[in-house]
Amino acid sequence: MVKVAPFSERAELMRIDGVDKVFPGDVQALRAMSLTVREGDFISLLGPSGCGKSTALRLIAGLSEPTSGRIDWQTQRARGDLGVVFQEPTLMPWATVAQNVFLPFRLEGKSYDAIKDDILAALKLVGLDKFQNAYPRELSGGMKMRVSIARAMVTQPKLILMDEPFAALDEITRFKLNNDLLEMQARIGCTVIFVTHSVFESVFLSDRIVVMAARPGRVIEELHVDAPYPRSEEFRTSAEYAAHCRAASRALEQAMEAAA
Amino acid sequence: MSVTELDQPGTPTVDAEEARRARGRRIEKTARWLLPLLVMALMIWVWDRIVVWNELPHFILPSPARGWGSLTGDWAILWDSALLTGRITLMALVIAVVGGAGLAILFNQNRMVELSLYPYAVILQVTPVVAIAPLIFIYVESKTVGMLMCAWIVAFFPVLSSTTLGLNSVDHNLRDLFRIYGATRWQKLWMLQLPSALPYFLGGLKIAGGLSLIGAVVAELVAGTGGVGTGLAFRIQEAGYRLNIARMFAALAIVAAMGVFIFAALSLLSHMLLRKWHESAIKREY
Repeated sequence: MVKVAPFSERAELMRIDGVDKVFPGDVQALRAMSLTVREGDFISLLGPSGCGKSTALRLIAGLSEPTSGRIDWQTQRARGDLGVVFQEPTLMPWATVAQNVFLPFRLEGKSYDAIKDDILAALKLVGLDKFQNAYPRELSGGMKMRVSIARAMVTQPKLILMDEPFAALDEITRFKLNNDLLEMQARIGCTVIFVTHSVFESVFLSDRIVVMAARPGRVIEELHVDAPYPRSEEFRTSAEYAAHCRAASRALEQAMEAAA
Repeated sequence: MSVTELDQPGTPTVDAEEARRARGRRIEKTARWLLPLLVMALMIWVWDRIVVWNELPHFILPSPARGWGSLTGDWAILWDSALLTGRITLMALVIAVVGGAGLAILFNQNRMVELSLYPYAVILQVTPVVAIAPLIFIYVESKTVGMLMCAWIVAFFPVLSSTTLGLNSVDHNLRDLFRIYGATRWQKLWMLQLPSALPYFLGGLKIAGGLSLIGAVVAELVAGTGGVGTGLAFRIQEAGYRLNIARMFAALAIVAAMGVFIFAALSLLSHMLLRKWHESAIKREY
């Protein structure tokens, strides 16, 4: 079931090489960021606000150009190889759940009937196949976020970018979605880059944590969480988890000091 | 207390506060139509008393009964006039919607066109139509076309400005998402901007409906003496010359009713289009 290859055997997916981003007024949002993303990685960008983690995500998504440096996909990239989940669910309120998940295909010019099964499969993956005809306003915050995740996954992308997707949700919903996200990632075998400011979330989810500091935004340290997947609720209470959290917290503290 | 006691079926108990709130809702539901009717009855009664007690002659102020008599007695004439005014109003509204929304889309697609033309749209809007109308009728031969132009000038702007606002109020994350999935300009317009603009457009439409009636009436008053005008405004003017005040009131009542009808119809249309998804059309449970 688990499609993700062991760490050492993963092929390169993307290379971020010495990327700087300067905003007007000489605001250095990102300085000399380098990162090699491999297929199947679950990378968290962890840092305080203003550390450039969202800027980095926008650059990777191609929504913004680096001031200098390069971001290159190492494999052939097709339409639908990139999925994005924002902090808000970002659904079209005038469209049903199924129509929202259909969006990436609709923009490619495909007909709904041709890929109906894919849409239902994606909705089943997030546990919302019974809500395909509901409108977003009828759903809770957590359910809307699941629809957003289904939309990002429906094209079977190689890379999914997530920008603090669970920050606005309550803790119970967040834990549940954390568990489900790992299961979904394992099932479709994609790479995830996950922006968060929660140490606990980053340790539970990722195998690589990139700790960033602010002013200017830069990478301070990379930590590896070598606990095996699938990770369950037991992992959350294990000594191993606690140790990793301590290490990540310490790295984050150093990042805060570096910025001050 | 045990759990089974709490789960006893068949004894729905509502606390005092909720009962009070429910009663308030029931009363409001009736008051919503009853109170305006009472106000109307009172007004008509006061009007009638003023006429009777002061022994006013009907060419100064006719009694309500006389007004009603004119409405029913002159119905054939007034109805024909109402149809004419109604037709001009509807045609003007259609042109205002097509023109207003069309300009909004054009402005949205091409910033340079917007910068060039927007000031003139504003100038057209802020200049009183009564002042422009006589000029229009000098240069435009067809009375119908002239009246349509007058009504359009008043009605297009709310559609233009509200649709423009709507087209620019797209969720920025959705915009980014469309970009990531490689949407074309037309896909973005059709699948993202137009649905986002719909609630704004419908708000503008409701205002434009009332304004196109005003535009049609004003145009008729200006063009009326030219000969073809037999709309309601012309009837009001004509009845005034003849001191047939009762018919003036009757025609005025029909104009008001038309305005109310247009507003109600557009509100219903708006509700039908938005009820599934937009916050404005959602009934709260509490």
